[in-house]
Amino acid sequence: MSIDTREFTLDDLRRILLEAAGADEAVDLDGEILDVQFEVLGYESLALLETGSRIEREFGVALDDDLLSEVDTPRALIEAVNRHFTAA
Amino acid sequence: MTTPVVVTGIGIAAPNGLGTADYWAATRAGKSGIGRVTRFDPASYPSTLAGEVPGFVAEDHLPSRLIPQTDRMTRLALVAADWALKDAGLDPKDLPEYDMGVVTASSSGGFEFGQNELEKLWGQGSQFVSAYQSFAWFYAVNSGQISIRNGMKGPSGVIVSDEAGGIDAVAHGRRLIRKGTPVIVTGSVDASICPWGWVAQQAAGRMSTSDEPGRAFLPFDTEASGYVPGEGGAILIMESAESAQARGARVYGEIAGYGATFDPRPGSDREPGLRKAIELALADAGARPEDVDVVFADAAGVPELDRVEAEALCAVFGVCGVPVTAPKTMTGRLYSGAAPLDIATALLAIEEGLIPPTVNVNADESLGLDLVGPQPRTARVRTALVVARGYGGFNSAVVVRAVD
Repeated sequence: MSIDTREFTLDDLRRILLEAAGADEAVDLDGEILDVQFEVLGYESLALLETGSRIEREFGVALDDDLLSEVDTPRALIEAVNRHFTAA
Repeated sequence: MTTPVVVTGIGIAAPNGLGTADYWAATRAGKSGIGRVTRFDPASYPSTLAGEVPGFVAEDHLPSRLIPQTDRMTRLALVAADWALKDAGLDPKDLPEYDMGVVTASSSGGFEFGQNELEKLWGQGSQFVSAYQSFAWFYAVNSGQISIRNGMKGPSGVIVSDEAGGIDAVAHGRRLIRKGTPVIVTGSVDASICPWGWVAQQAAGRMSTSDEPGRAFLPFDTEASGYVPGEGGAILIMESAESAQARGARVYGEIAGYGATFDPRPGSDREPGLRKAIELALADAGARPEDVDVVFADAAGVPELDRVEAEALCAVFGVCGVPVTAPKTMTGRLYSGAAPLDIATALLAIEEGLIPPTVNVNADESLGLDLVGPQPRTARVRTALVVARGYGGFNSAVVVRAVD
């Protein structure tokens, strides 16, 4: 078992998205957003770049450069970050 | 084509007033916004005074999406642009997106944002630098953010010529309207009251080191000892007179004439370029010197520069030939935000028939200026000249005229 038992959750992502890029007024981040595309949530590539960089810093992971352009929903991003923990 | 171009909306963020009503109430009453710097501790710097915009809470005016990606100057500019559009009675959503453009000036960009990110780069490492550093510090950022927020896809740009830039931007906006873009958002808001901005300005050696708010910035005074910097400015909505008339818009006045020159090289015995810039602006407006009711001076607060300005004004208007005022004695020098604020103030002076005061100054009589003193002066104001100079030799002048 890895010494790192941390898990990256939807709450973590919500908090980091808000810190990194705020929230679109028309979007309820507290709602069912797991499968809503980031674009629909109002986050463009730069907002995701900033979000990714904050996740890397806080959770001590190194995300692949292409990852952030490939994952297009919160669920996909959360799963991708958590794969780093299980792989460790 | 020389279509008349008019101003139909004003948005102001100034050290002595947030919003046009607050600013004008303070300015006509001679109320200054200069005080000790609060945005950082200035104790270890030679200069400790500034004009800071009071009571601005960005979160009260802007969506959270914009906060992490904007410097203070951009937040102020976005809100001033919102106010100017509202004042003009324009909702950008109602207009074709290519019919609206944005031209602002900038003198330093978003220095405070940039400083924070450079501190992170130096202290924590590159992975701590915000992705928004890629544009948030940049000269063109206010034009970009205003155009994105309002869906304005017409011609856009930024002019960088220090304090003269505010006039140059308005003049470029006028050009774009004459080329066919119906609405241009222009003017400028600058803000760099942070240690990085402070030392950058300190390096030029023109900042006052007085710590007395009422004695630090004394343009045209025998005791002039430099300027006090400030933050803020004004955003203006410009349209062709025709389109303003067609939609029944309130018209503040016309941007009637513009001239810009560059000074000869330092040490040259040729005349500085300011007089020529003023003459070009008057000629462009089809105005004679005696038509001008008031001059809003650049008012550098540096004796040598004050003398150059006084000589230029005396050469054009005669000794004490025109009332001269410098309401920026109440705000400090706002870099590229100064001239748009002076243009807005000139338009308000036209509207009210009142020349705002120049505070704290005992004019050096040898300069030959009819400097408006600490009291405002009632006057029929139909035509005003606004003058601005930028560090490094930029001279710009604009004639603002009442529309019947």
